[in-house]
Amino acid sequence: MTSLRTCSTIVTLACGLALGLSAQQPPPVAPPQSQQSDVSMVIRNSGDPSLPPKIAVPQFLALTNDAETQAAAKTIADVLWDDLEFEKEYYMIPRDTYRSIPQPASLGQVPLDRWKELNADALLVGSVAKTPTGISVSIRLISVSSGASAMAREYSGSAASIQANPVRVYAHTIADEVHKEQRGLNGNARTKIAFSSDRDGERIRGPLSDRGVSNIYMADYDGARQQRVTISRSLDITPVWSPDGKTIAFASWRTGYQDLYLLFPYGGSPIQNPTKGTAEKQSWLPAWSPDGSRIAFTSSRDGNAEIYVMNRDGSNIQRLTNHPLIDSTPTWSPTGTQIAFTSDRSGTPQIYTINADGTQLQQITRESYCDRPTWSPAPLNEIAYSARAGGGNIIKVFDFATRSTRALTDNVGNSESPAFSPNGRHVAFVSSRAGKEQIFTIHRDGSGLRQITRTGTNRYPHWSR
Amino acid sequence: MTKYRQHFLFVMAAMLALTVACKKPQPPIAKPTPPPPSAASDANRPPAPPTPVSEPRPVPPEPVAEDPISARDIGDINKNSPFQPVFFLLDSSEVDKTAQQALNANAEILKKYPSWVITIEGHADERGTAEYNLALGERRALSARTYLVSLGISSDRLRTVSYGKEFPFDPGHDEAAWAKNRRAQFVLTSK
Repeated sequence: MTSLRTCSTIVTLACGLALGLSAQQPPPVAPPQSQQSDVSMVIRNSGDPSLPPKIAVPQFLALTNDAETQAAAKTIADVLWDDLEFEKEYYMIPRDTYRSIPQPASLGQVPLDRWKELNADALLVGSVAKTPTGISVSIRLISVSSGASAMAREYSGSAASIQANPVRVYAHTIADEVHKEQRGLNGNARTKIAFSSDRDGERIRGPLSDRGVSNIYMADYDGARQQRVTISRSLDITPVWSPDGKTIAFASWRTGYQDLYLLFPYGGSPIQNPTKGTAEKQSWLPAWSPDGSRIAFTSSRDGNAEIYVMNRDGSNIQRLTNHPLIDSTPTWSPTGTQIAFTSDRSGTPQIYTINADGTQLQQITRESYCDRPTWSPAPLNEIAYSARAGGGNIIKVFDFATRSTRALTDNVGNSESPAFSPNGRHVAFVSSRAGKEQIFTIHRDGSGLRQITRTGTNRYPHWSR
Repeated sequence: MTKYRQHFLFVMAAMLALTVACKKPQPPIAKPTPPPPSAASDANRPPAPPTPVSEPRPVPPEPVAEDPISARDIGDINKNSPFQPVFFLLDSSEVDKTAQQALNANAEILKKYPSWVITIEGHADERGTAEYNLALGERRALSARTYLVSLGISSDRLRTVSYGKEFPFDPGHDEAAWAKNRRAQFVLTSK
């Protein structure tokens, strides 16, 4: 191997804004300046290049002996392994198989022979050092066959600037960069899932009976670092992230009827109420256009549930559908030129598409009962939806390219409310398969089911970009 | 029969008639006025010893303010609601015969208390999907409202709101629970 080009990119983990209830971590960490693409090689499977490369992620070296650094070294490697496993771009060698391999004294002294015995194609090694303000993390992606570094990076930031388990953000950042540099993939490790939950057990004395309160929460894509972001003595449901990941639109009954609100979980503005509803002008189920400039929603303002589109400030409301039966639950196509929605105009709820100007209505599904269409991000062109099957519902996916439908989930319990990950490779959904309704994620091929909430009842997941 | 005795019976009969007449417009859940001391059993009794001369004091007419329903505050009324819930079939918002009977009774209450404004809550069972159920609950509330309007209740006294499947009446997971959860409930909002 000739000259090994390495380059360190400092990723500064910006300070989070503490606002009200929610002192939160910052929006997804800004990617490193990518002017120096230092990828000197791409790791491939040495046996069959068409198969995923086999990678090991040994525990990171703690360069100081304090407990905090030791813990960070362990956590980062654990989370990084999970993050890489999630996208299935690599065959992740189980960590139990290499616990006996001793840690090297430094990243430059990795015993390659031992890793060759494990058939690893590459090693992702790293070290953690304490700094005056936090920690500094160095990583190297090393080819086991040649010993060359395919990637080398350094990350630093103030641990205190990120609330709750900041070291996970280092791991997520590293995973996203490895996926981007090595596989050309936009990883999801720094994304968030918003959802509604009644986990705090708060109740409000309703007019007829005491009723549970539900609020909006958000968590890392893997379910870690869950935090509450609204305080309502009512129902706050159906959160949806704006495409820039800075705003959550949601519906709430906080005035006694359904209306739409915009929440800024990282600060910037108090909660806004663009629809300014009344008892006669109720709105629900918001959906952001791909460019973030407009919001589609359901409203009964003209007498029954119809689809409307407005600017994000509530101006320029336009009615898109006009039918005496229900039109509800809009979702935008990746280009923003079409909207899919649910209508029961055929007698049962089915999925339809319509151009964003209200022309070209098309029926997509012809099943017993379908709802919650969720259009995938580009370059995929699919709609995930919930469909009645047996006693409950399952998640299905309709692919426009082949006009075919596949089932994504089995029919254990009830599954509904699908939401695509920003790279389209995963779907979050609600399922009662483990008892109360909880948020799960699943790979778009139907594998890799993960439960990400466990407390209370959790519904209406939506994945940030 | 003495003159006094005649007089007494006449008053008793008048009171009974008045009581029966008063009973009619009572809403279904109003406490029935207690029956007067029975005239019939009095008649079978041996003649009473002479009683001191006195005139039975007529019960003052019941003022509206002391109506057992309208005297209560809104919270109390809703906790023990005079309104009957209306139930629906699976995936349906049709007001069937049974639902009509409940709505007819609710309409009578609204006619008796013309200042009352109510909110009709539409609910759904857990088998439908959460999103569609928001619209289905709304359509159920609207169906109930349309029927009440057809009975002469002004639409501006009838607000609607849907809670989808967020607030099941019965947390069970069987047909008995689902049947109770597919409903419209009526909440007194102002009076």
